[in-house]
Amino acid sequence: MLGWLPENISEYAQGVDKLFALIYWITVVAFVLVIGTLIVFLIKYRHRAGHRAEYIEGSTKLEIIWTAVTTVIVFGLAMLSFPEWNNLKSPAENPDYVVQVRGEQFNWYMIYPGPDNELGTEDDLELENELYVPEDKLVQILLTSKDVIHSFFIPNLRQKQDALPNQTIDTLKFQAREPGRYEIPCAELCGFGHSGMLGYLIVQTQEEYDAWVAEQWPE
Amino acid sequence: MQENENISHEHDDDEHHEHAHDDNDTMEHTHEHDNDEHHDHADHHEESFIRKYIFSLDHKMIGKQFLIYGLIMLFVGGGLALLFRWQLAYPETPELEGGKPAKAAKPLPIIGPSQKYIDDGEVVTGADKMWERIYDSDKEEFLEVNMPSGLIEPHFYNMLFTMHATIMVFFVVVPILVGAFGNFLIPLMIGTRDMAFPVLNMLSFWLAVLAAVIMAAGFFVPGGHASAGWTGYAPLSSDPQWTGVGWGLNLWAISLLIQGFSSLVGSINYITTIINMRAPGMTFLRLPLVIWSLFIVAILLLLAFPVLSSALALLIFDRLAGTTFFTSTAEGGGSSLLWQHLFWFFGHPEVYILILPGMGIASELIAVNSRKPIFGYRSMVYAMIAIAFLGWVVWGHHMFQSGMRPGMGAFFMTTTMLIAVPSAIKTFNWLGTMFRGSIRFTTPMLHAIAFVSMFVIGGLSGIYMANTPVDIYIHDTYYIVAHIHYVVFGGSLFAIFGGIIFWFPKMYGRYMNDTLSKIHFWLTFIAFNCTFFPMHILGVGGHMRRISNPMQYEYLQTFEGMNIFITMSAFTLGFVQLILVFNFVWSIYRGKVAEKNPWNVTTLEWEAPTPVPHGNFAQIPTVYRGPYEYSVPGEESDFIPQAQPEHAPASAGD
Repeated sequence: MLGWLPENISEYAQGVDKLFALIYWITVVAFVLVIGTLIVFLIKYRHRAGHRAEYIEGSTKLEIIWTAVTTVIVFGLAMLSFPEWNNLKSPAENPDYVVQVRGEQFNWYMIYPGPDNELGTEDDLELENELYVPEDKLVQILLTSKDVIHSFFIPNLRQKQDALPNQTIDTLKFQAREPGRYEIPCAELCGFGHSGMLGYLIVQTQEEYDAWVAEQWPE
Repeated sequence: MQENENISHEHDDDEHHEHAHDDNDTMEHTHEHDNDEHHDHADHHEESFIRKYIFSLDHKMIGKQFLIYGLIMLFVGGGLALLFRWQLAYPETPELEGGKPAKAAKPLPIIGPSQKYIDDGEVVTGADKMWERIYDSDKEEFLEVNMPSGLIEPHFYNMLFTMHATIMVFFVVVPILVGAFGNFLIPLMIGTRDMAFPVLNMLSFWLAVLAAVIMAAGFFVPGGHASAGWTGYAPLSSDPQWTGVGWGLNLWAISLLIQGFSSLVGSINYITTIINMRAPGMTFLRLPLVIWSLFIVAILLLLAFPVLSSALALLIFDRLAGTTFFTSTAEGGGSSLLWQHLFWFFGHPEVYILILPGMGIASELIAVNSRKPIFGYRSMVYAMIAIAFLGWVVWGHHMFQSGMRPGMGAFFMTTTMLIAVPSAIKTFNWLGTMFRGSIRFTTPMLHAIAFVSMFVIGGLSGIYMANTPVDIYIHDTYYIVAHIHYVVFGGSLFAIFGGIIFWFPKMYGRYMNDTLSKIHFWLTFIAFNCTFFPMHILGVGGHMRRISNPMQYEYLQTFEGMNIFITMSAFTLGFVQLILVFNFVWSIYRGKVAEKNPWNVTTLEWEAPTPVPHGNFAQIPTVYRGPYEYSVPGEESDFIPQAQPEHAPASAGD
């Protein structure tokens, strides 16, 4: 099952895959134990002539044990997950780059602040469905939507965040490790063109990225 | 409790009512409601066809009506699913950089035109003739707009999955579990003559019919039916300009409002009946677990549905009266998240409404067929109460990625994970019930075993979603689709099938054909797992839900084969259900005649004569013990009915 996960290129979200694997093994063990017990019981206690069921109404001791064990496991799992969640869903501190992303039926618009590093000025650059970032740099996304709710999903970064109309969400950030071209589908139903609403994340080396910047904003 | 006075009217003429003899001479008519001191308006007359089968006040008939209603809607909802599954298996493959070679979509079988017709317009099949006619006509035909040449339009695709979920949740599972089983079982199992409010009961059914008619009408209005998902997220749903859907979505909202009234009326009835009309000796802790589950669900329905109704009312205002409850505009206005909070505050308890009665039914089937008392009866009851309570504080787990404040995530993750505890308690208790039992593998028991194992998978897969960091990735993917189907199909629907076969002899006085039932069970079990298990893998691969064409994404093209496999399995699953329908209808008329208590069960419904007359019991039974007195040591019989007078050891329930 774990093998089906797409390549994880995120500096930040390695922990997601670890948690996924942990839960996977917990659930596999729980499944095997429960279903194994079920099958053993079904065979062992099947109806046989002359054999009578035993009158057992329950066991307080067992109830307490399995309640306690499950509680400890789920609380432990929750505790392990808090730091990862906070890490992934907090605003970036001192991001290297900030890009505004706007969902609009049925495209992603990426708005770069340009040389003055300020959004909403004349030197902003708006690209359709292409997000260029350099590798190993902390990129913050200011996510918004023009019309309905979209969801900005980058499977390879294990990141997903809904874009809300007329609101900006600043908790989305990532640091991509591998240069390449990755898909950014929309994950929230947004209308008849939802399927196929697709952008691309283009992760470049720093040199390539600098060259791209120089090309976009010639001196 | 109440006095057990009871008057049984044979067909004599001591009343000035008209008597028309029923063909079925086993129908003995006993009248009046046992908590009434006067029994004047009890229907002494033989009922007309309309009174008996259409506008019936008898809880058993209303239960059967809900059952048939639910089964019909099951086929409607399933049919919609098959249409969009076809699209997912054979969509158009566009030319992608590094992707598979481009390929045209495959038209639907039967409805779609032949390849010859597509290539050179030559009419070969009957479908070709139909398309020829449709394209020649000036009218905007339904098929032409929604599936031209047998290919499903993206907009129609959205309508299909929206209506599939809406119908399955609101028009199949709730009507069958709550409407059919609730109505049929509650008065019989608590030992009373009918529901507290028979007229309200009838109203509940006919409101549900009205809701279904309105819902069906939505397909045929200009702009098509609601296509914003069954969750109807605003502002996609609240502003027609984003979907182009006009009255379709209004009708969707109105239909759900009416369905809400229907559930509300029903739940009040159930709560009143269970609190006030239990037979003498039937204390709360002697109630069978299925009645406990229906009681808890009725309370959930009573509290949850008004929230949905309010949200729907606001939605209708937004759409028709120009308000902006769910739209934030530059000048202010409301919030799209408000809809999600309202919807899921209803929606999560709703999920438990869908599964709790299934748990109740499974508990009955497992105890009866293991010939053992329920292991930990009290903890089973407390676990259901805990699930019902926790259901109110977990709604935010549907909204981890919604833009809700991330700090809330920690709270909702913890509460959600806590639900694993009562769910685990229930599972362990089911296993405990089988422990050292004498398990009879009747078909209802097979369904109950399937219920437990599928519920285990559905429950365990829920842990992934409850875990916020992992949910970031799997949210809105097929992982969620797999999970909900393991709980609601693997869980509730297997319980429903098992329950139908189990109580069929009491409902219709005949058995369902066991060979057909077994074939239906095994094929359903296999096809179900082939359909829904691979969806976990799709989800792990990042396959979004609600996309009409996965081939548009390079990283999803590897899943083409899996999607085809799922579709084939889904078609098998769909067609296998025809066996159930055939068996159901055939057995009503031709099934083996059943005795009064064919499965040797302790609970009260089996005390009533078969088929159960109007008024249920010749004499209201008195309850002497808990509901699961199986294999009591020192007893000759391996079960002691609840109504059998005292001579056995004290029961579990006291």
